[in-house]
Amino acid sequence: MSGAVGRRLRDWIPAALVLVAGIALWQGLIAAFHVQQFLLPRPSSIATAFWDDRSELWHAGWYTFQEALGGFVLGSSLAIIVALVLARWRPLGRALMPYAIAANAIPIIAFAPITNQWFAGGLTKSSKIVIAAVLCFFPVLVNTLRGLTSVRPQDLELMQSYAAGEIEIFRRVRIPTSLPFMFSGLKVATVLAMIGAVVGEYFGGALNAIGVLILARARVFQFEEAWAGIMLVCLFGIALYVGVSLLERVALRWAPSTSE
Amino acid sequence: MSVVALERVTKKFDQTTALQDIDLSIEEREFVSLIGPSGCGKSTLLRIVGDLITPTDGTVVVNGKTAKQARIDRDYGIVFQDAVLYDWRTVAKNVALPLEIAGWPRQKRAERVRAMLELVELTGFGEHRPWQLSGGMQQRVSIARALSFDPALLLMDEPFGALDEMTRERMNMELLRIWEASGSTIVFVTHSIAEAVFVSSRVIVMSPRPGRISDEIVIDLPQPRTAATREDPRFFELVTRVREALHLGHEVDRAAATEATPA
Repeated sequence: MSGAVGRRLRDWIPAALVLVAGIALWQGLIAAFHVQQFLLPRPSSIATAFWDDRSELWHAGWYTFQEALGGFVLGSSLAIIVALVLARWRPLGRALMPYAIAANAIPIIAFAPITNQWFAGGLTKSSKIVIAAVLCFFPVLVNTLRGLTSVRPQDLELMQSYAAGEIEIFRRVRIPTSLPFMFSGLKVATVLAMIGAVVGEYFGGALNAIGVLILARARVFQFEEAWAGIMLVCLFGIALYVGVSLLERVALRWAPSTSE
Repeated sequence: MSVVALERVTKKFDQTTALQDIDLSIEEREFVSLIGPSGCGKSTLLRIVGDLITPTDGTVVVNGKTAKQARIDRDYGIVFQDAVLYDWRTVAKNVALPLEIAGWPRQKRAERVRAMLELVELTGFGEHRPWQLSGGMQQRVSIARALSFDPALLLMDEPFGALDEMTRERMNMELLRIWEASGSTIVFVTHSIAEAVFVSSRVIVMSPRPGRISDEIVIDLPQPRTAATREDPRFFELVTRVREALHLGHEVDRAAATEATPA
């Protein structure tokens, strides 16, 4: 067991080295070419700003993360329910899917200023949750539906031979088959949820939200602080992604290989 | 009473006639093979018996009822060329699948699964995942699943077609032992002449375009069949007899094709 963990760690060594080298290069190049702070601050100044503002940043980040998580859960659950309905009644699916795929290509974030106006001028979490939910909805819907309908014909034939009903077929074949597809949709959605919440805040939001904070710092030329905020958003985004990946591991532990 | 009785069964897919006027009656405890070149409709015929395909014309009676009713009553188990095991279920859970759908209580299910895994000699593999097993073992799981609810009829669509020759011969012996032990009637689709002769009590020879029964050969080799059966002179005679019937069917087909082609 410890051998396996050791190997896991060893697998990460190249990636860790790239990270360290990347940060060193960044720091070195800025010093060597005297790059202005407003163009790109040094990693060390960003780290200092991060540490000095850690309490405020953390609260703002947590606030925005809640919006993103809320939108993610709301949008993804709705998408999964709609996918089940469209897979069960195929003519309905065939009628609606072209629009869902088209909607998937729309830059939904462009609607953020409008959704902000729907909910108390954007000062509450609701408007960000909605924009994040809408962003999450389409990729999860499209992927889950594809999974639900890409069942092998012989898998269905077997269920037919047992005179199994539609609910049985969904429970025992379609849903398990769709899980890998659903999770790839969910992983895309984690990224979109963070984007939705933060960009939504750029168009106006509560004062203690990270998007508002980044914007405010950038306006008064506190670029290190703005960058520190961006770093925190990245960390929260990665945490959400990793969380969903772990969930995937557990849900798909039966699969021959979920890694790689 | 026949387990399977087909009368004037015809199946058309658009313009092509896959099966034409099939009459076939299969009695209890028979082991009947359907053999023929690809495109002769043998798999289609098997699926018509299982009510997975509806015939265009003719009547299908299974266990004294319509094919549909027989399917609803779970009168048959089916084994496909591919084992069709669900990766998200363990071996034991795959065997238990039809029992779950039939609503068996958990305790009874567990007992039955244990007995079936023993029958196919996979005791101790219940908690494995299907992909951890070899092709032959997977197919044995699939047979255990098909027999788990003790159906009167076992339908097998080229079950050993994807296995290597050695494994296939061993599986043939296994299947005969299981047939003996379970007391079921088997309809077996294959394109291997030796396999058909070795396992069957009767071989139905089919020919293509349109799919029809061109010959029928009773296999009078003594039971139980053993490795020695394959060296019996009678075995070779019957293999030759089936081969000739297949070629004849093919020639009739070619003659018909020549006639149809304008000179």
